[in-house]
Amino acid sequence: MDLRPPSERVSPRAKRYWALRAAAGWIVVVALELVLGLTAWPWLGDALPVVLPVTVVAALAHVIVMPRWRFHVHRWESTDTAVYTQSGWFDQERRIAPLSRIQTVDTERGPLEQIFALATVTVTTASAAGPLKIHGLDADVAQELVDRLTKVAAAARDDAT
Amino acid sequence: MSADAVDTAGWQRLSPRMLLIHPVNELIRLAPALLGLFIAGIGSGQGVIFAAGGAALAVALGLTRWFTTTYWIGPDQIQLRSGLLKRELRSVSRDRVRTVDVTANLMHRILGVAKVDIGTGRNDRGRDGSLALNGLEAGDAAALRATLLHRAAAAQPAPAVASEPGAPTTWPPPAPPAEPEDELARLDPRWIRYGPFTLSGLVTIGVVAAVIARIVSEAHIDPEDYGPFREGVRTVTDMPLGVTILIAVVVVLALVALLSTIGYVLAYWDFRLTRHPGGTLHVVRGLLTTRATSIEERRLHGVTVTRPFLLRLVGAARCSAIATGLRGARGGSLLLPPAPVAQADRVAAAVLADPAPATAALRRHGPRARQRRYTRALAGAALAPILGAVAWLALDWSALVALIALVALPVGALLAADRYRALGHAVVDDHLVTRAGSIVQRRSALATGGVIGITIRRSFFQRRVGLATLEATTAAGVQHYAVRDVEHGQALDVAEQVAPGLVSAFAVPSRRGLADPLPELRHP
Repeated sequence: MDLRPPSERVSPRAKRYWALRAAAGWIVVVALELVLGLTAWPWLGDALPVVLPVTVVAALAHVIVMPRWRFHVHRWESTDTAVYTQSGWFDQERRIAPLSRIQTVDTERGPLEQIFALATVTVTTASAAGPLKIHGLDADVAQELVDRLTKVAAAARDDAT
Repeated sequence: MSADAVDTAGWQRLSPRMLLIHPVNELIRLAPALLGLFIAGIGSGQGVIFAAGGAALAVALGLTRWFTTTYWIGPDQIQLRSGLLKRELRSVSRDRVRTVDVTANLMHRILGVAKVDIGTGRNDRGRDGSLALNGLEAGDAAALRATLLHRAAAAQPAPAVASEPGAPTTWPPPAPPAEPEDELARLDPRWIRYGPFTLSGLVTIGVVAAVIARIVSEAHIDPEDYGPFREGVRTVTDMPLGVTILIAVVVVLALVALLSTIGYVLAYWDFRLTRHPGGTLHVVRGLLTTRATSIEERRLHGVTVTRPFLLRLVGAARCSAIATGLRGARGGSLLLPPAPVAQADRVAAAVLADPAPATAALRRHGPRARQRRYTRALAGAALAPILGAVAWLALDWSALVALIALVALPVGALLAADRYRALGHAVVDDHLVTRAGSIVQRRSALATGGVIGITIRRSFFQRRVGLATLEATTAAGVQHYAVRDVEHGQALDVAEQVAPGLVSAFAVPSRRGLADPLPELRHP
C-alpha cells in the first residue's frame, strides 16, 4: 500500500508569499550582523568579509529554493469522510483527520497573507497534537472550505473525543 | 438577597472543625508578613504587640472563611458560595462531574476532615468546571465521593441519591451500600527499595539549597562565623582534591537517595488501586497527606509503563493511565508507583482487562532504524570533542579537555544501541502498542477507539532510506503516540489497523509491491 498525495494544490501566489517572508527574516539577520559587527563585537566585524557573503548566498538559496519546493509539496484534500493535508519541504508530513472528529475550523490572514489574498485554514480535533493547517490557500477557496467543513462538523457533532 | 432567602433551606456549612484549621492556615500563609510586622515593631519596642495584632487579624480572617462559606448539593447541581466582601457562587452540574478527589493533609487527618475537589474534567486549565469543598468530615467526604462518581457513571442505579432527588437537605445521605471493589494493586513495603532510584530527592535538595542560600544572603549571615562549619569546611578542603570531590559526591548521593526514599514513602504509603463495578478506577495513597483519586474507565484509553534509566537498572517500572481530561502533571493518572516490572505489566494488563497489549511481543524496526539511531547519537556526541578541539586550537585550552570529550563517542554509541533495542510496536487486540526511549523508556498501549487522526512524518533523511514516523493522535494522555522509523509501507499498514478506512481512502497500490522485508523478532 502506498499513499497518494492530496489532490489540491495551494495557490501559486503562496510561492511569492513564502519567498517574501523568508527574505524578511534574512534581512533581519544581515542587519544584525552589520550592526553588531560594526559596533559591539569587533571579532564579528573582522569576520564580516567572510560572514556576509556566506549569509547572502545562504539567504538566496533559501529564498529561491524553499518556496518552489514548498509549493511542490503543500497539498490538501477534503472528502466526505476526511481532511488530508501534506506540508513541509525538507521535512514533510501528511495528516489525516476524519470529519466526524473535527471540532473547530478557523481561517487566519496575517498582514502579509492579505497582500497576496491568501489565508491559512486550521482544522482542530480534540487532540492538542492534531491540528491540520493548510497554508497559502486562496482566500476564496479557504472560505468555501471553511463553510463546508463547518457544516459537516456541525452535522456530525458529538463531543469528538 | 432574595435568592438567598429562597434556597437557604438546602445550604449547609462545611465541617465546624475547619474553625480550627482555617486560622492555622491563615497564620502560616501570613507568617512572612507577621515576621515583618514584628521586626518593624522592634524599633518602637512594640514588636510583640504588632505581631499579636496581625495574628489576631489572621485568625479572624480564618474564622470568617468558615462563616461565609456554604454549599448546596441539589439533585442536578452542586453549588458553593464563599467570600466575605466579594461573594462568589460556583456551580457544577452533577451529570458533568468526572473526577472527585479527596485529599487530607496532616491537620485535616488529626481533626478527621478531608477536602473534596469536584471536577468536570472538561477544562483542566480554566477555573470554571471545578469546585472544592474544604472540608467535610472524612466519612461524609467519602460518601459524597461515592455518590457523585457512581451516579455520574450511571452504569447502574445509583444507590444513595437517586432515591431522594427532591430532598437534598438530608445530609449526610445514607452511605451507599459497600459494593465489592476489585483490588488491582497494593503497595508492597519491599518496593520502597526502589525509592532511591526515583531521584525525586534531587528536586528537594535543589529547593532546600536555594532556600538556604537565599536566607543566608538575605540575613547577611556569614557561615564562616560559625566555628563548627568553618572547621568542617577546612578539614574537607585541606584534603587532596580527589578526596574532596569523592566526599562531596558521596554526600550528595546519600542525601538524594535518602530524600528520594522519604519522598517515595510520603507519596505512596498505603497505595491501593481498585476497580469499582460502577466503572471507575480508584487510587488511594499517602502517608501524611492522603489522596484518593479516581479515573472513569470510559475516559481511559490505555496505559503507559514507564522505565527511567535508573529504575530499569534495578528492574523496576511505574504504570500510568492514558486518559482524557487529566494530564500527568498533577499526578492524577498514576496507576502504580515504582514497582517490579512484572507488577507494572500485571497492573497494565488488569487495567486494560486484557493481558495481550501489555505483554505482547513487539515488532522491531529494522536495520535502517538502527542506522539512524547511531547516526543521530554519534553526530550529537561528536560535537563535544570537536568543540574541545576548537577550544584547544583557538582558545589555548588544554588538549586534555578534547581528549576527555572523546568519551562522548562510546557513550553515544551505547545510547544508540539501547535506543534501538527499545524501539518496537504492535497492534494487538485493538490497541496500538509502542515502545521507545533509553533515558526514559515508555511502553504505551493506546486503544484504537481513542485515535482521532493520523500523522505521517518523513524527514529528508527518512525519505532517502524509505522510512517514516507514524503518529496516532488522541485526546488522551500526551495527545500523540509515535511509531518511529518504520518502513513507509509498514507505517501505512499500522495506520490502517489503528484507524480503519482513514488511510486506505487515499491509498494507491504500492509501486514496488514488495513484501515487507523486516523480520518479526521477539524482543529480549
